[in-house]
Amino acid sequence: MTLDDLPALARGCAILGTGGGGHVETGVLKAAKAIAEFGEVPVVPLADVPPDGLILPLSGIGAPTVGHEMLMSGEEPVLIRDEVERLFGRPVAAVMSSEIGGSNGVSPVAWAARLGLPLVDADGMGRAFPEVQMVAMYVAGRPVNVVVLADVQGNLTTIRPVDGLWAERIARAVCVACGASALMADYVLTGEEARGSVIEGTVSAALAIGAAVLNSAEPLNALREALDATVLINGKVIDVERRTGGGFVRGSLIIEGTGDDRGRLLRVEIQNENLIALEDGRLRASVPDLITVVDAQTADAISTESLRYGQRVAVLSWPCDPIWRTERGLATAGPRVFGYDIDYTPVEELTHVRP
Amino acid sequence: MSDRRTDDLRIGIDVGGTNTDAVVLSAEGRVLARTKQPTSADVTSGLQSALTAVLDALGDDVRRVGRVMLGTTHATNAILERRGLGRVAAIRLGGPATTSVPPLQSWPADLSAAVTADAAVLPGGHYVDGTPISALDTGALRAFLGRVAGKADAVALTGVFSPAFGDQEREAAAIVRAELGEEVPISMSHEIGTLGLLERENATVLNAALYQVIGGVRDGLHATLAERGLDATTYFAQNDGTLMAIDYAARYPVLTIGSGPANSIRGAAFLSGLTDAIVADVGGTSTDFGVLSAGFPRESAAGVEIGGVRTNFRMPDILALALGGGTVVGPDGAVGPRSVGYRITREAYAFGGSTPTLTDAGVLAGRADLDGAAVPDRLRGLLTAALDTADAMLADAVDRMTLGKTDRPLIVVGGGAFLVPDGLPGVAEVVRPDHGDVANAVGAAIALVSGTLETIIPAGDGRREAIEAASEDARRRAVQAGADPATTEVVEITEVPMSYLPEPALRLRVKAAGPLGTI
Repeated sequence: MTLDDLPALARGCAILGTGGGGHVETGVLKAAKAIAEFGEVPVVPLADVPPDGLILPLSGIGAPTVGHEMLMSGEEPVLIRDEVERLFGRPVAAVMSSEIGGSNGVSPVAWAARLGLPLVDADGMGRAFPEVQMVAMYVAGRPVNVVVLADVQGNLTTIRPVDGLWAERIARAVCVACGASALMADYVLTGEEARGSVIEGTVSAALAIGAAVLNSAEPLNALREALDATVLINGKVIDVERRTGGGFVRGSLIIEGTGDDRGRLLRVEIQNENLIALEDGRLRASVPDLITVVDAQTADAISTESLRYGQRVAVLSWPCDPIWRTERGLATAGPRVFGYDIDYTPVEELTHVRP
Repeated sequence: MSDRRTDDLRIGIDVGGTNTDAVVLSAEGRVLARTKQPTSADVTSGLQSALTAVLDALGDDVRRVGRVMLGTTHATNAILERRGLGRVAAIRLGGPATTSVPPLQSWPADLSAAVTADAAVLPGGHYVDGTPISALDTGALRAFLGRVAGKADAVALTGVFSPAFGDQEREAAAIVRAELGEEVPISMSHEIGTLGLLERENATVLNAALYQVIGGVRDGLHATLAERGLDATTYFAQNDGTLMAIDYAARYPVLTIGSGPANSIRGAAFLSGLTDAIVADVGGTSTDFGVLSAGFPRESAAGVEIGGVRTNFRMPDILALALGGGTVVGPDGAVGPRSVGYRITREAYAFGGSTPTLTDAGVLAGRADLDGAAVPDRLRGLLTAALDTADAMLADAVDRMTLGKTDRPLIVVGGGAFLVPDGLPGVAEVVRPDHGDVANAVGAAIALVSGTLETIIPAGDGRREAIEAASEDARRRAVQAGADPATTEVVEITEVPMSYLPEPALRLRVKAAGPLGTI
């Protein structure tokens, strides 16, 4: 991973952010600084991590507004790595992104560069999700052996929770005490444990998606092909409604079809991320499958807070990693977890609904 | 005339990239004199010609000029061209936080080289709840100032969460004054930008770099007025369409950026007598659409980039369409984006040239009445189709700006206003005010004065008191900027809930505005 790769990575991570996951721009600046100071970051497939090599999954947690104002010191990963090595009694072999969608997909480049470690070509979500336990490691039944948080002051907190739900609850409280922004490692695991418990190939996927969009004269087509996505609608945003509740920004979005899609209306339900797409009361796509709203011309991802009336957009949906479609996957991040009283149906089985 | 007040006339000036426009308004808002002069490279001589033209037109009434309001894109151009910028010592108060992205990292290298005397992240700043991240390290601050003394023309101070907790920046500013002297100007970020550290820091450093640029325009204006023996009070227009007293503007020069579109929207409002409308400023190359809401330009949701630098300034929400009087119609019927620009008076068919433009299409369709060469009839098919395309582009832009509400009027100003048809879909009516081609100068002359404050407040208990306190602060800022204390009122309160916080909190933005106070 070099400086030149960062623009493509950022675009790809924004698209995998499905409307959430935080702004990628600050992550790019952090990564550029760290690469200039500490060198480029090798991206390695999971197969190249030794079976007993320790993988350090990292993510920033906290309020986005705070993260945008009180930037990290850059030393937090060093504190966490040292603590994990003390706890496990051996060196960390590689860094992994816990969440490839949004800023947490780009920032690990900075953290890996700072530590002089490779970045594993994998992550814990394959997209963005709002809660700490919504990771493949949890779904795969990996124990949350330890959660380590570091803040801008150098405070280090180690949590040994009984399960992923408690990990979310206590980590959130610690994060608040740290000023609503912290760096976190959870689900530290070996190369062997990671196989089947993480989602592989997502860093190179983000890079490929971003590069396809950047290098194409027809970005939207290039994006659709790169993702093998279903285009739910091409149209214009005619209504955006937002409200807050339960720590989430909730809302809905209505898109009116244009061109060949004239006469159609698509509704997208939002809770930080785009979660459900409906047409004529019928489901077109649903979480955990990915739903992203992009600019119709540039194919740039449009985050949920940037949605505005009148934008010309395309809504794309494509399948999530199979681990999210398991019983435990859907119990962790299926539509009912977000309060939608619907059964999950894979997006590729819903495409024929279109009249 | 002796029964007349001696200071009841106002002069509005807009120094644009191409033209410097000036108008004289009576107390009743009548346009008494107007001019359009080419903008000069040094700004001052163009300013002089424009002022001279309108002052000469006034004759003996010159002594009745009480106020002169100036809007200018000069600061923007100085940044774009890296010209006349001061050297800035950029100090961020936030260590040990924030070092993952140092000051000015994202700036284009040549701009950063032109502007930076030195930069440092020093201990300081606050958490979101007001707890200090670190105490201000006065020793480290003095040591840094010792290194930049003599090298820095100005100092920029940016503290983490200073828009909510500004005391530490003020404390640091006092030390800067003690170390570097009163003559080195200081930009404090809490007076300039909103939350979002890097964007606010960028704006604060740009502000510090622009002191000489705006000081030069101010001095040029004052010199011209002095030559004519005029003792008028002077103001600068800022990006939200309001005015600041000229000495205040000299402290916040970056706020003049974006005043052009804001003035044009306000001017269009004044000339048409409307307070809620869409405004289209049709030029030779492009058309700027803006929205007039309760008398003010609607602001953009996102911050703007200036010369490759991200800021969190809110500017008038402008949709620029590459469509104007000089827009070239291609042989395949394509409309723009190329334009003949100022060469239209030589190149368009309607002026005896041989390039088909939208002006020619407008002439053929009877929208414009030009004396001059006829547009050849063989182009009728091509130009009629092009005008249909242009109308569809205009209607689409109007739809984007109106958010689908079709009951509002469209005010059309600018030299290419004739291109817009009377029956444009999506608007209630098309309004074409007199003097629309100098709407921006009129906008400068009639603007109100405002003050804005942004902070974080609790969402539950204490919310009401916090809004009251912030409103008082915003009113005070407006009065400091020149507003009449008796009639200054809060015109806008925006509350945005913040997610993932321990105590429910809101980002609050309050704007107060009022007419100019008595001199």
